[in-house]
Amino acid sequence: MSAHVKTSYQQSEQLFPSRAAAFWYAILTAVMIAAPFVIEPYYLSQLVFVLIYAIVGIAMNILSGQAGQVSIGHAAFLAIGAYTAAISAKYGIPLPVYLVLAGAFTGLIGYLVGLPALRLHGIYLAIATLAFAFIVEEVITRWEHVTNGNEGLMLPPPALFGLKLGPYGFFYLCLGVTVLVILAAINIIRSPTGRAFLAIRDSETAARSMGIDTARYKTTAFAISAAITGTAGVLYAHKLSYISPEMFSLSVSIDFVMIIIIGGMLSLRGAVFGAIFMIMVDPMLIVVKDKVPQMTEAAMQAIHLAEPVARTIQAGVVRVVGAPGLKSLIFGLIIILFIIFEPMGLDGRWSRVKAYFRQFPLYRPTSARAQRMFLKSERNR
Amino acid sequence: MLDFVQQVIGGIALGCVYGLIALGFVLIYKATEVVNFAQGEIMMLGAFLSFTFIATLGLNYWFAFLLCVISMAILGAVMERLVVRPILGYPQFSIVMATIGLGLVIRSLVGIIWGTDDLRIETPFTGGVVRVGSLVLAQDSLSIIVATGLLCVILYAFFRFTRVGIAMQATSQNMLAAYYMGIPVKRMFSLIWSLSAIVACCAGILLAPITFIHANLGFLGIKAFPAAVLGGFGSIPGALAGGITIGIVESLSGFYLPEGFKDVAAYVVLLAVLLWRPQGLFGSNALKKV
Repeated sequence: MSAHVKTSYQQSEQLFPSRAAAFWYAILTAVMIAAPFVIEPYYLSQLVFVLIYAIVGIAMNILSGQAGQVSIGHAAFLAIGAYTAAISAKYGIPLPVYLVLAGAFTGLIGYLVGLPALRLHGIYLAIATLAFAFIVEEVITRWEHVTNGNEGLMLPPPALFGLKLGPYGFFYLCLGVTVLVILAAINIIRSPTGRAFLAIRDSETAARSMGIDTARYKTTAFAISAAITGTAGVLYAHKLSYISPEMFSLSVSIDFVMIIIIGGMLSLRGAVFGAIFMIMVDPMLIVVKDKVPQMTEAAMQAIHLAEPVARTIQAGVVRVVGAPGLKSLIFGLIIILFIIFEPMGLDGRWSRVKAYFRQFPLYRPTSARAQRMFLKSERNR
Repeated sequence: MLDFVQQVIGGIALGCVYGLIALGFVLIYKATEVVNFAQGEIMMLGAFLSFTFIATLGLNYWFAFLLCVISMAILGAVMERLVVRPILGYPQFSIVMATIGLGLVIRSLVGIIWGTDDLRIETPFTGGVVRVGSLVLAQDSLSIIVATGLLCVILYAFFRFTRVGIAMQATSQNMLAAYYMGIPVKRMFSLIWSLSAIVACCAGILLAPITFIHANLGFLGIKAFPAAVLGGFGSIPGALAGGITIGIVESLSGFYLPEGFKDVAAYVVLLAVLLWRPQGLFGSNALKKV
C-alpha cells in the first residue's frame, strides 16, 4: 500500500518504523499523560473504556490479524479475567498480584481452548469458541458459591500498594497496562513467534512444510490472546466495580470482533482505532435519540409536507429512534457497511490517506484494493 | 420408560427444527462456502410473517404458509444481493461477520416492526393430540416431524432430478468450472439463498405453535450450529441427523440432569465431537493445495 520498502534486516528489528514515528508516539504518550488534567471526568471515564477495549483489540489482533485464527468467544476470557480479579480481591490479594494472576490463569485457559484449534480451522474454530463462550457463561451463572451466580460480585475500589486509586490513578494504571501490552505485542510480532504467526495465517500448509510447528504456535497465539484479554478483564471489572454473568454475553464477543473489523486487522494501530470507534457509538447514539426527531420535524416543516403524511413519518421516526433494538440495528449496519466499503478498516483508510499525500500525483485507488479469491484452493488455506 | 419415549419424541420434534435451520446453513455453505449466521434470524422473520398473515390478516393457514414461503424466497435473494454479493471472494471471516451484522439488523428491525411481546398463531394442529397406546403426542410436534421428512424428500428430488438443482451441485463443487460450463453462478447464489430462506421459513412456521413468536427466537439459530457441525457442515442428511441428535440430547438432559445442563448440553456435545472427529460426524476431510 504505502511504499515502505525495507532495505536492511535492521529495519525489521526496530521498535518504531522511523525516527518521526517515535517522535509522534512520544507526543501521543505525553498528551495521554496530560489528559486527566485537561478533559472532563465523563470523557476521562470514556477514555478508560477506550484503553480497555484497545487492550482487547490488541489481543484480537494477535489472534485473528496475526495468527489468522478466528474467535467469537473472547468475552469468555474477559469474564474469566474479571471474575479472577473479583474473587482475588475478596480474599484480600493485592491488585498487582491478581493482575498478573488473572493474565496467567486466563492464558492457561486460552491454551486449553487452543487445543481444539489444532485440529479445527475457519468456521469450525469460530463455532467451537462460540460454544466455549456459552459454556463459560453458564458455568459462571450456576457456580453460585464462588461467583454468586446472577447476583454478581462487587469489587472494592482498586488500590495499589495500599494507596486507593481515584479515577486519575486508575486511568494511569490502564494507560500503563495498555502501553505495556502494546510494547509486548510489537515485540511478539517482530520475534520468531510473530513471524510464525504470519506464516500460519498466510498458509498453514506452507508454514508446516517450512518446518513451523503449527500446533505449538496456534496454541501459543490463543494463550497470548487470552492472557491479554484476561488482563483487560481485571481492568474492566474494576472500572465497572460490579460484574455479573450477563455482562459477558455473545454480543460482547461480537463487539470485540467489531473492534478489529472496524479498525483493520493488519496492524495494532487498527485495534486502537476500532476501540475508539466502538466507545464513541454509545454517546453518539444518545445524541441521535435526542436530536433526530427534532431535525426531521424541522425538515418536514421546511419543505411544507402535508400534515397527515408528516405526522406518519414523524411517528415512524420516533418509533425507530426510541426502539430498544436501535443499538444493535446500528451495529449491524456498521458491520455490513464496513465490510463492504472499507474491508481494510479505519487503519486501511488511514494508510491510504497517507499514501495519497506521500505519492501525491501518482496515487491510484486501485493500488489498495482488497484482494478477492474465488478458487476453493485459494481460499481454504 | 414412557417418560423417556415422550422426551425422545419431543426431542426429535425440536431436533427437526434445529435440523431444518442447520439445513439452511448447509445449503448456503455447500454452494458458496459462506456460513450464514443470520439463519436463525431469517427463521424468526418467517415466523413473524406467518403471524401477520395468519393472525393479523386472518388468512387460511395453508395459503398463508405459501405466501410466507414466497415472500421469504424473495427476501432471501434480496439479502444475498445486498449483503453477500458485494463481498464475494473476501476472507471467510469477513463474510461470516457480515452475516452476523445482517442477523443483528433483522432482529432489531423485527423488534421495531412487531414489538417485543410474545405472539402466538393458531394452526390446524393446535391443541390436537394423537394417542398411540399410552403415549400422548401433540399434533404440533408430529406436524414438525412429518413436514421435515416431506421437505427432505422434496429437496432430495430437487437436487437429484431438476436442472437447477444439478447446476447448484456443480456450483458447490467447483465455482470456476461451473462458470466455464455456462452456469450462471451468481444467479445460483441468489437461488441458494432463496432456498435456504424457504427452509428457514418452514422451520419458523412449524416452530411457531410450540414456542411463542418473539424477538429472541433467532437465538435458536445459534443452537443449530452444533447440529450443522455434527453433521459435518457439508452434508444434507448429516444436518438433519445432527439436528435430531442435538434435539434429543437437549430434551433428555433437560429431563434427567440438573437445571442449567439443558442450555449447554448442545455445546458440550459439539466440543466433544469436534475433539474426537474435527470434520464432524458425516464430514469428509480433504487436504487442500497451497
